[in-house]
Amino acid sequence: MKPASFDYACPTSKREVLATLSEHGQDARIIAGGQSLMAILNMRMTQPKLLIDINRIEELSYIKLKKSYLAVGACIRQTELLSWKGLGEAVPMLSLVMPWIGHVQTRNRGTVCGSLAHADPSSELPLCLITLGGKLVLESTKGRRVLTAEEFFQGVLTTACRADELVTEVRFPLGQANTSYRFNEIAMRHGDFAIISLAAVVGVNEVRLGVGGVADRPVVRNFTVDTELATTLNKMAWSLNAQDDTQASAAYRRQLVRELGLRLIIEGY
Amino acid sequence: MYTKEIQREMVGFKLNGKPRKGYVEPRLLLSDFLRHELGTLSVHVGCEHGVCGACTILVDGKSVRSCLMLAVQAQGSHVETAESLASVDEMSDLQQAFRRHHALQCGFCTAGILMSCVDFLVCEPDPTEEQVRDMLSGHLCRCTGYTGIVRAVLDVANERKIKLENKNFV
Repeated sequence: MKPASFDYACPTSKREVLATLSEHGQDARIIAGGQSLMAILNMRMTQPKLLIDINRIEELSYIKLKKSYLAVGACIRQTELLSWKGLGEAVPMLSLVMPWIGHVQTRNRGTVCGSLAHADPSSELPLCLITLGGKLVLESTKGRRVLTAEEFFQGVLTTACRADELVTEVRFPLGQANTSYRFNEIAMRHGDFAIISLAAVVGVNEVRLGVGGVADRPVVRNFTVDTELATTLNKMAWSLNAQDDTQASAAYRRQLVRELGLRLIIEGY
Repeated sequence: MYTKEIQREMVGFKLNGKPRKGYVEPRLLLSDFLRHELGTLSVHVGCEHGVCGACTILVDGKSVRSCLMLAVQAQGSHVETAESLASVDEMSDLQQAFRRHHALQCGFCTAGILMSCVDFLVCEPDPTEEQVRDMLSGHLCRCTGYTGIVRAVLDVANERKIKLENKNFV
């Protein structure tokens, strides 16, 4: 398993990347950490004509604490964010979720924005971003757009990012007082693709529950915590259009949404 | 920099402390470059999609999969493989602990695991068993059942701790 041949560009500024992207568009793929892309290149599931490496763009390597969100640049690796001081206070959900991403050896190279741009329906960061109500910044030579996570994720490995655009930054909303953040995941082994993952933002009376690994993208719903909670979760489970696959049946996935959803909201784990 | 698919680019980096270079096509994996061009045979190639962990090496001190990196991307970095661990006549403390605890059998996964352990013990000098097992979850070993490996890593961490305490005491 070796990748098919491709041209390789290694620009050193964001401007250069955007210019190369607008010139080559559909034929080019961006590579950052490559922890998903290299695997599918090796398996020849994708054969781009040109690979644009953004690893040497220093201006995209930043973590900035803003008033209402944490901004993470396209070149920040998952390990860098996880070991960033103050992450637990700034965005508590991220400290919970990030140890579940792959293994330490892939987090050492994989980037935060890369995982989002890849948009695997079972991966943790897209679920985390959509549950928190975060945003992504997309740039091209024509300008920049800021999309909500819900607008960005469109399906399996499919996003609203156009062929000439680069995901330059992701914005995670900061943690709020009187709110608790919860996450749980079921996989065959720790680090494997999730059969289901759930993230919850639990306030005093209302809850925001995100479910990954079931539908073709992470899905989030808001509801109030009342006596009807079990019914609400059941409705949500059926609305996700779960599919049978080699890992689990659709019925099992629905059951996990009901059971783990309830446990996560009521008991907190 | 723009390299055509048929062009060969000069790549240079430090390998186990020594400068090495060679010409590579853009599509050449770092694992293949290390193994076939530079002769570092400790880089074992297993699954080639980042799951088995056999090809794990250190790039600038961090454990990464060499099959998920292109050789051109290593330009200017410091690459370390299992060849860097032992001196001419003595194995490193980590390797000795692996031997003591029967932490290897066929040895295919071992070189990668050793490199992960080097990075891990720098970040976590005093790890719990759970942390060791979490780090090892990035590697597949079909011989040992992992128990010996966990024991070896905990043992070497303890050994280093005692050594450090004695040094501080003197």
